[in-house]
Amino acid sequence: MSSLQNKHTLKFLTAGSVDDGKSTLIGRLLLDSKAILADQLSGIQHKLADDESYDLAKLTDGLQAEREQGITIDVAYRYFTTPERKFIIADAPGHEQYTRNMVTAASSSDAAVILVDVTKINWEDKVVNLLPQTRRHTLLANLLKVPSILFAINKLDAIKDPDTAFINVKRTLEKFTQQANITITNIIPISALKGLNITARNADKHGNILCEKVYQGPSLLEALTALPSHVASDTQAFHFPVQFVQKLQEAHDGSSTQHGRRIFWGRIAAGGVKIGDELIVQPSGAKAKISKIFANALQGELQRASTGQSVGLILDQEIDVSRGDWLLAPSSPSAQKEAKATLAWLDDEPLVVGRAYWLKHGHRWIKTKIASINHHLNIHTLETEPAENLDKNSIGEVSLILQQPIPVLPYHDAKDVGAAILVDTATNRTAGAVLFK
Amino acid sequence: MTSHSPNLYTPLSDLEEESIFIMREVAGSFERPALLFSGGKDSCVMLRLAEKAFGQGQFPFPLLMIDTGHNFPEVVEFRDRRAKELDAKLIVRSVEDSMKRGTVRLSHPLESRNPHQSVTLLEAIEEFRFDALLGGARRDEEKARAKERIFSHRDSFGQWQPKAQRPELWNIFNTRILPDENFRVFPISNWTEFDVWKYIAQEEIPLPNLYYAHQRQVIPRKGLLVPVTDVTPVQEGETIETRTVRFRTVGDMTCTCPIESNAANANDIVKETAAVTISERGATRMDDQTSEASMEKRKLEGYF
Repeated sequence: MSSLQNKHTLKFLTAGSVDDGKSTLIGRLLLDSKAILADQLSGIQHKLADDESYDLAKLTDGLQAEREQGITIDVAYRYFTTPERKFIIADAPGHEQYTRNMVTAASSSDAAVILVDVTKINWEDKVVNLLPQTRRHTLLANLLKVPSILFAINKLDAIKDPDTAFINVKRTLEKFTQQANITITNIIPISALKGLNITARNADKHGNILCEKVYQGPSLLEALTALPSHVASDTQAFHFPVQFVQKLQEAHDGSSTQHGRRIFWGRIAAGGVKIGDELIVQPSGAKAKISKIFANALQGELQRASTGQSVGLILDQEIDVSRGDWLLAPSSPSAQKEAKATLAWLDDEPLVVGRAYWLKHGHRWIKTKIASINHHLNIHTLETEPAENLDKNSIGEVSLILQQPIPVLPYHDAKDVGAAILVDTATNRTAGAVLFK
Repeated sequence: MTSHSPNLYTPLSDLEEESIFIMREVAGSFERPALLFSGGKDSCVMLRLAEKAFGQGQFPFPLLMIDTGHNFPEVVEFRDRRAKELDAKLIVRSVEDSMKRGTVRLSHPLESRNPHQSVTLLEAIEEFRFDALLGGARRDEEKARAKERIFSHRDSFGQWQPKAQRPELWNIFNTRILPDENFRVFPISNWTEFDVWKYIAQEEIPLPNLYYAHQRQVIPRKGLLVPVTDVTPVQEGETIETRTVRFRTVGDMTCTCPIESNAANANDIVKETAAVTISERGATRMDDQTSEASMEKRKLEGYF
């Protein structure tokens, strides 16, 4: 257990179109990790006559049946635990609404597993024609800055020369990602149906190990187990969105204090902080120093804290700070009233240029208008094209005019400072995902 | 511990931190939130998370219990004692009162009152004008839960609209509502039963003693062990047996069954949970077995 103590939960999304074997893969992971319990299996027991005929896709059938009745759920979450780690699968259904689903799942995932169905492509060619879906899912995962991207080349048990297919597909994927400047973590040969190379480098019933000659890497689960889940960097200036202001009935540690009687709770969005550091309050511009840092309301004081940690801060003087304000290092870039952003449009109604929307950034709600659509992203190639509109499921670059200046860092450098959501003022629907440039 | 049992020591800090973040977001975003507290293990975990978020006796919301009138007496006693110890305001609203008002009508006297909690809950929401209710539901409990957002928007009838769920991006939650609408918020969505028990063991969270092994009179019925109570009488041809049992979940007496177990403390239960082969609801609930989609139906009616 010692080496496993620091393994955080890994949240990953699975991408692939409807028949690529996504449900089978998820079913296999759940079944082989014993996340499916006897009573849940009993409903599909007659289909489990022998191991080879498992209809694993049926394990997630409850959801599909409901979708058939017209209920569309963007993302469902599933859980499994191995002796080493807990995993959360963000299961985004592979049908038409993929961009919206992918964006939602990718926004909070530590990894993306992109399935490549080898039976659908010309694997005998040295340069394989990848399916548009594969390119698109990869580019989207990269756009959303999912830290690790893995390819699982599936259904290799169903073709006559798995070794050649694996080599050709791998070569093509490497070339494609290199051109797009995307770092990939693993390319893994699997058979979700037969359970080959999913949880272990195991042999099929004839004693064959999948792609034994051309692949020496880990199984899919081994690769996922080894991934980092938090890629936080403290290199940015300190950015702290104030989430909740608490008036203390008495000093936090029970003693009297000359320091502030309010504690500012929140999660550090970028950078680190230590006692004595000077801070600026945005938007008021007031200055103060950190006098105390708390991990939570029951635990003692910390000397320092870093990106991703939730903390409570007490300042050395009483100044006006409210929920939604930011506490910033003096070295942070100044707040902006205009900004450029990549916008993923999620709403059924198209974006209206010039209309005001709610924008939530950190814990602050402000109004914003789209001043212009600079270009539209061709989702297949990620090349930019001129555009007048953004419809549902499309992505483009826009210029925003903001009601108040907000502290922004590029999404690419600091996700928690560079992301925001747009909400329709009439329907309250979440209409857009904003990735600041 | 064998090499095959799940790791008992995975840190729970990620889950804890996410849950605290969600609770503070509720406290900061809504005017009249409340925390649903039944005295069960999930809501006991929620209380500890609230203590960590805000400090003891400083909860910025009251605790709300919807009482079916058929709760185990040990749980009711525990609930009142915990609320007092934590210096939290406790509001109890009962299904019996709704029956007196005529807003709940049973089709027969022994019908489970559990499904009717929704009516009483909605009445409490209206009475106190709650705009957000924190609930201890987990996505691993049930299929309908697996699909529900952490911040689950409910219309003015308290109804869940699975087709119109708001996408949840990053950790930025869209908390905007119209008058009379509300949110059900589930800070421990991403926890499993196993995580809950590990946390109870780690934090030494007090629970009603029903959760630990004890001797109890039960009636074996349809694969379940039905506790002998006023509301679950012995039927013809059945015999009462005394067994060593514990409850995995403590809901309404009419539909909650114990399991056979010798696990006498939280650490024993962690080990036992690591090896279970039947889901929490499958092992213990009479009501959810009646229909594949019963939970979903109840949620559509305004249940949390």
